[in-house]
Amino acid sequence: MTVLSAARGRGHADTAARRRTWITRPGTYLVILFVLAITLVPMLYLILSGFRTTGQLGSNPNGLPHPWVWSNYASILESAVFWQAVLNSAIIAVVATALAMVLGSMAAFALSRYTFRGRDGLFLLFTAGLLFPLNTAALPLFLMLQKIGMNDNLFGVALPEAAFSLPVTIVILRPFMRAIPGELEDAATVDGATRIRFFVRILLPLSRPALITVGILAFVTSWNTYLLPLIVLSTPSHFTLPLAVAMFQSQYSTDTARVFAYTALSMLPALSIFVFAQRYLVGGLVGAIRG
Amino acid sequence: MARAESTQDRGAARLAAGPEMISGPAAAGAPPKQRSARRKRIELTILLGPPLILFIGFVFVPMIFAIWYSLYNWNGYGPLSDFIGLQNYQGVVTGSVFHQALLHNIIIAVLSVVIQLPISIGLALLLNRRMRGQTALRLAVFTPYVLSQATTAVMWSMLLSHGGPVDSLLKSVGLAALIHFWLASTSLVLYTLFFVVTWQFIGFGIVLLLAGLQGIPPELREAAAIDGASSWQITRRIMLPLLGPTIRIWIFLAVIGSLQLFDIVWIMTLGGPANASQTMLTYLYFNGAERTQFGYGATVSVVLFIISFVFALAYQRYALRRDTAGALTRAVG
Repeated sequence: MTVLSAARGRGHADTAARRRTWITRPGTYLVILFVLAITLVPMLYLILSGFRTTGQLGSNPNGLPHPWVWSNYASILESAVFWQAVLNSAIIAVVATALAMVLGSMAAFALSRYTFRGRDGLFLLFTAGLLFPLNTAALPLFLMLQKIGMNDNLFGVALPEAAFSLPVTIVILRPFMRAIPGELEDAATVDGATRIRFFVRILLPLSRPALITVGILAFVTSWNTYLLPLIVLSTPSHFTLPLAVAMFQSQYSTDTARVFAYTALSMLPALSIFVFAQRYLVGGLVGAIRG
Repeated sequence: MARAESTQDRGAARLAAGPEMISGPAAAGAPPKQRSARRKRIELTILLGPPLILFIGFVFVPMIFAIWYSLYNWNGYGPLSDFIGLQNYQGVVTGSVFHQALLHNIIIAVLSVVIQLPISIGLALLLNRRMRGQTALRLAVFTPYVLSQATTAVMWSMLLSHGGPVDSLLKSVGLAALIHFWLASTSLVLYTLFFVVTWQFIGFGIVLLLAGLQGIPPELREAAAIDGASSWQITRRIMLPLLGPTIRIWIFLAVIGSLQLFDIVWIMTLGGPANASQTMLTYLYFNGAERTQFGYGATVSVVLFIISFVFALAYQRYALRRDTAGALTRAVG
């Protein structure tokens, strides 16, 4: 009863507001429907077309699968090349993410809870990294990696990605660690804990939400990176998923249905991470930008 | 390099001016204090050393490599011996294809601000209303952003292929007249790519603007409504001005993103046809990596970096100055 009346009360306020809006409600829904269609239909189309044959696609590009064909997806899921690319992407993303999280939280700890000369200068140095997009540095990185013999090496991709993830990591973690009350640290000190121990046992567990955000950001960024692996990796068995998708398209350009299936499968990992972690991802990205 | 120094100085100055002590156990007696000072130094070295090495090693050192290689004519084989001074720079700056590429980047940036931004603001205002399925809507709009650009590019190049799904859709709804060579027409290709870029990135901009809208206290709107302001007036005179800082960050990100455009363009068109969709990075990749003119490619990297950096500094100086929030703002001090 109370819920109902509260809802009705809000409804009244709503109508009052609605009377003044400059775009009508049906108009709103029409716009939203349009946006949804443009956003989601291409992806749905891709997934569905993977269940058709190239012949079906040729005779009617916009029909539904009839009959449903599993062979496109099955042949990709059985191919070692696809899983090799997934594995490569995963190795690079895990290494890059782990490094960014561990080193980023260490730096954020030092920059948030120690007082020392040049601290703000150091923070500025790290944040200046936000102005260096990885794409700009891809060729220079390649030249450097070549010099130190790390070309065509998964770590030659993972290490730069970690380095380029550090600024965002630190920018997100520092205010978070800063906000944790000093009394906690005093209490830990009184109990005989060193600061490093305080960091590992108390501060890091308390920073979990921010750490998850930072980790997901680094992972998704690494997973999707294209130019750096394109330049650095030359052996096809080292290719990451984005490279493999682009290569597959040029190799099988006549077998449209298979390319659709391959592309749809390549969307899955990022999409599932997104579904599980959207709260952290969206909040984190926005937080990162608004500082 | 001058920049690093000046930011350091400013940092030090701020440190001196603002006593922002956070913690630090009270010192008791000289010897323990000395010991704890040494201890602190060791701790700071352990904590900051590894991240600094990684960061400087992979973010700043490559830039030095780029500057160094840009002074040579080097195709990837043999020693770096053909020193040609600034000749590479001359080649880049006077090259007509590079000019075209730069122009394309600028066109994409301008289109983003002129077309994407108003649409994003409009949609953010719509999605900011209370309605059923709001969260699901926001997620749906955001989804393309998490795909890799490579996936997006392959997907759209299939959809837009001649006689492909988009064309046949247009035909089936009686709009066959609208069918074009989306990716093969020199006059159209850049706008097709702009559409794909918009498809992928608009959701992120909308979520950013939504966060900005949610930061506006509802009391302001209510007060204006009580004073008899119409919904349009509230939007125009209250919401938009208060959204200013978010919009300025949005523009910054859009322009920097436009200058870095590569994945989608390279996979969909290779910068063609006839350079009609060349961007600075496709130009860089083609000349630097594909044709293994590494010295020249390094030069393009340096030039691209300088362009991005000058924009970032100028934008910070003239547009972001008023916004106190945000690390980006502080970063370019």
